[in-house]
Amino acid sequence: MNGVHDMGGMHGMGPIAPEPNEPVFHERWEARVYALNRALGMLGKWNIDAGRHSRERIPPADYLRMSYYEKWLTGMIMLLKERGVVTEAELETGLPDPGTTKATPALTSEKVTGMVAARGTFDRPVNTPPRFAIGEKVRAKKINAAGHTRLPRYARGNVGVVDRIHGAHVFPDTNAHFRGESPQHLYSVRFSARELWGAAAAARDAVYIDLWEDYLEPA
Amino acid sequence: MDHDHQELPSDPALRVMALESLLVEKGLVDPAALDALIDTYEHKIGPRNGARVVARAWVDPEYKQRLLADATAAVAELGYEGGQGAHMVVVENTRDCHNLVVCTLCSCYPWPVLGLPPVWYKSSPYRSRAVIDPRAALREFGLEIGEDVEIRVWDSTSEMRYLVLPERPAGSEGFSEDELAALVTRDAMIGTARVTLAGSTR
Repeated sequence: MNGVHDMGGMHGMGPIAPEPNEPVFHERWEARVYALNRALGMLGKWNIDAGRHSRERIPPADYLRMSYYEKWLTGMIMLLKERGVVTEAELETGLPDPGTTKATPALTSEKVTGMVAARGTFDRPVNTPPRFAIGEKVRAKKINAAGHTRLPRYARGNVGVVDRIHGAHVFPDTNAHFRGESPQHLYSVRFSARELWGAAAAARDAVYIDLWEDYLEPA
Repeated sequence: MDHDHQELPSDPALRVMALESLLVEKGLVDPAALDALIDTYEHKIGPRNGARVVARAWVDPEYKQRLLADATAAVAELGYEGGQGAHMVVVENTRDCHNLVVCTLCSCYPWPVLGLPPVWYKSSPYRSRAVIDPRAALREFGLEIGEDVEIRVWDSTSEMRYLVLPERPAGSEGFSEDELAALVTRDAMIGTARVTLAGSTR
């Protein structure tokens, strides 16, 4: 979706402001949001792409105003409701609806070490060879998908060169909407800064973007 | 400042507390598991891991070769793997080439080697500017990159996770692997800093 989350190339966002000796979490509630999100992910009711898409669907003005973990909290509540894990009434009262049976947590403390180290992989076997070869010129398609996509606006319509082939990976555009993993080849494409941003950009500089096969066409 | 504005910061804290209590009541989460997760990312997984990878690559040319060819496997050799690090790529800084990592669409970051990202990495200013004007963005970190050096910006749009292998600083000849690791900062592995002898434990 052409949301405000797709911010590559935007102006006016202010100074970057690195913070010296920054703590991992600034407030305890941020740590709880982070951990809740990880623990709830183990329920298997959604996937990482659906998680990203929930935050993208936060209205733009709110998205820009909210702190990072407020966005996580908002997206998490969105998914809890949409996936039928909690009801609106439960969120209002803070209590389980009458008559609901108590579940067993998917993640217990003794499972945390294994879960953190588990390599959730996103590459999948496919039967088709890659359509594009390393060194080949490709154009990022002009696609304006209303749903989730990982094709940033600033890449669309521009020509780059395939730099690496990462293998076939889960396709976020379908996975985020629970329409299957539909794995397809994933490429690292090198775009010159001038192709993306025009003549004022530094002549040697480049941006490498990971793009799925469906995002690309021959150039 | 009006009253409402002052109240705002505490609001998410209350909402999270209420949500956690509901989810515990429903048997969906175990608070002890949340504590363990938080402890892991506050104390066990962080940029010291990535620094070990960099230091090893500096002292062991064969390891460096493996790291650049298959970063996932080479990083796992040192025991670092897991969520947000299942598919790793390491990109090398040289005299002619400077690498910078960003996620313009969200906040993708290699957790097993760097821990959780700093606020600036997840912020709109960095995400918007790193791709269109990396040189100006780097100047905000006090890093000036010469005109003759190529800047490569890696936008983490997939589940591939990028780590920068910084240049080993001049004057570190003879340093042990541990001493080298102590020099390597988080920012140097994102690409917003160089490694210097400033943090030397010698």
